[in-house]
Amino acid sequence: MKLTGAQIVWECLQREGVEVVFGYPGGASLPIYDALHDYNIHHVLVRHEQGAAHMADGYARASGKVGVALATSGPGATNLVTGIATAMMDSVPVVFITAQVHSKLIGYDAFQEVDVTGITLPITKHNYLVTDVKDIAHTLREAFYIARTGRPGPVLVDITKDAQQNSIEYDPDSEPIHLRGYRPTALPVEDDIQKAVTMIHSAKRPVILAGHGVLQSGAMKEVLEFAERTQTPVAMTLLGISGFPASHPLNLGMMGMHGEAWVNHAIQDADLLLAFGMRFDDRVTGDVRRYATHARKIHIDIDPAEINKNVRVDLALVGDLSQTLEQILKHVKPGRHDEWLASINEMKGSSSVRDIQNLPDNGHLYAAHVINDLWNITKGNAVIVTDVGQNQMWTAQYYRQDNPSQFITSGGLGTMGFGLPAGIGAKFGQPDKEVWVICGDGGFQMTQAELATAAQEGIKVNIAILNNGYLGMVRQWQEFFYDRRYSATPMKSPDFIKIADAHGLTGMRVTTRADVETAIQTARETEGTVVIDFRVEKEDSVYPMVPTGSELKEMIRRPLPAAVAVNEAVKVEA
Amino acid sequence: MNHTIVALVDDVPGVLNRVASLFRRRSFNIESLAVGHTENPGVSRMTIVVDSDDTSILRLISYLYKLVNVIQVEDLTTKPCVTRDLALIKVKADTENRAQITQIVDVFRARIVDISNSSFIVEITGDEEKIEGFIEVLRPIGIIEMVRTGRVVLARGAAPLYASEKIIDTEKLATAAG
Repeated sequence: MKLTGAQIVWECLQREGVEVVFGYPGGASLPIYDALHDYNIHHVLVRHEQGAAHMADGYARASGKVGVALATSGPGATNLVTGIATAMMDSVPVVFITAQVHSKLIGYDAFQEVDVTGITLPITKHNYLVTDVKDIAHTLREAFYIARTGRPGPVLVDITKDAQQNSIEYDPDSEPIHLRGYRPTALPVEDDIQKAVTMIHSAKRPVILAGHGVLQSGAMKEVLEFAERTQTPVAMTLLGISGFPASHPLNLGMMGMHGEAWVNHAIQDADLLLAFGMRFDDRVTGDVRRYATHARKIHIDIDPAEINKNVRVDLALVGDLSQTLEQILKHVKPGRHDEWLASINEMKGSSSVRDIQNLPDNGHLYAAHVINDLWNITKGNAVIVTDVGQNQMWTAQYYRQDNPSQFITSGGLGTMGFGLPAGIGAKFGQPDKEVWVICGDGGFQMTQAELATAAQEGIKVNIAILNNGYLGMVRQWQEFFYDRRYSATPMKSPDFIKIADAHGLTGMRVTTRADVETAIQTARETEGTVVIDFRVEKEDSVYPMVPTGSELKEMIRRPLPAAVAVNEAVKVEA
Repeated sequence: MNHTIVALVDDVPGVLNRVASLFRRRSFNIESLAVGHTENPGVSRMTIVVDSDDTSILRLISYLYKLVNVIQVEDLTTKPCVTRDLALIKVKADTENRAQITQIVDVFRARIVDISNSSFIVEITGDEEKIEGFIEVLRPIGIIEMVRTGRVVLARGAAPLYASEKIIDTEKLATAAG
């Protein structure tokens, strides 16, 4: 069967089971777009290529499949860059297809020519430049394979216009994948498994550190089994959230910079840390030299480059987490850590006094109220997609997610503007689920144009803007560390109700806690995408906070309201 | 200290860029780098000299393995090896000092490979120490221009480096933790 390169692109996507592609056409990608007419793949027209990248990312995270984004040469390709880097930092499998100018024009500064493989080299797991139609099929096959295997990540394939236009006899099975330098899978040796088991059996104060790898390896069952059998509490990284049920008694919650006091105390006091698919990011460890100094550390990760990168460990098990845990579970005996768990629970008790959601309604609307009520109303079952900043941390703290892959956020790169497009992508990934995007007034405006995409697609995504009139997280740092000298953080926003209205969507505004529930319920019942402008406390901060370079126990705590302070003081003395 | 890393990589466009970019973005400084074909079609061999401590080198090697085009990486620093560098040196040579230069060339077992009215081009191979010594002797005479290949190494003995599969010594990674 003789096909053009453009047709082969779609043939390959179809073969990979791709159902939806997020993209934006242009001069160099005209052949690909023309060929799209003949294929049953849904194309979502975005408003900016960054949106396409985040949508493909959100889709991949929500569905567990490989996301696909498509952009033209030059500016189309460069607009993807932030989204590619976001996917890279969080190890999300996305295949980016970019069009390139005619192969004869490469290197001549042609119209809309840019060296996209050069630009994206450090932010992709791998990338390709295809200049010959005969290379398209096997390159795309390799791209999908590399993206989803081992430690997943983004792969970019840049295809010249002539490669798209030329024809060739297409045989899908012509060339098998041959990557002699790529060995994505490994399994730890039995000897090391035994060492791990011995360390686990002798631990008195163990803590599991569950990362994104739990979700990506699909090791939720094994982690649960391990935690329950050994009675080990589970702390989660930001991206590890939803890998272990938040409602489980052994769940501690999020660790690190904005982790609750008991979580970070437990880590610092532990005698054994079991790092499951996480990478000891600086936001997780605080001062590395003073990080969990009493604990021996077992690190299970599929990427050998993560071993001893940030934190030196006592035992490294390089391999797929779910398979490795399966091996370990064959030998691990049931254990009890009653005293240890009791001491952590005791800490929980005193910390929750400061919890904002337990404060009496004093007429102020706090972001924590919004998230907590949303969690209650949706019974914790919504797919939650956050933006970056305070909104992200509050959501991580107050939306207690039980369902795997239903907490989606930009962790490593911390990309503002991620929320809305990733939420749209997540809706395509889990179309039957209720999707909520939680963002700030700043991040929402970065990719607000994608509201038009949601409207054109007729999909339903509920958007909660936690509007405090500031770039809140930066403001918070200016408050804590720059003497409240607010520089370029106060932000005036447009009328979000009118913005929604202009897109033919529903907009609402909430200013008191009493109205939160009605608004959320109305949003759920309204057809189409809904924007709720929650006017929250302007200068509220995310607590607790471990300042950079501090040890995990050195936290800035929420100032106590006078009435509670008295009780607390009494407690402390006692 | 200086480490000599040998990387076997796919012989495809852009692979040098991938490796060099990795060194740059992970903050490793390349002292010298030599690339060329190998006995295996489609495989290139890079010899990279990098100044770094032992722990960082293990980190570097595991980063290199993340590159899809990298087949195998070895640190040959402490292994018995034949080590060579090649230099071509254009040196001022007039009637007065020609004899002197020829003598030096003989002592260092270098070779004169080009002669003009006022210059020689001298070729020398050997380890860096020998070449450095040679250069120091020639310097007062007047070096016009010089080029060096950078270090290339081959481990002694019959066994080849190429193992046809990636080998990541995780135990080594773990014990390096200390």
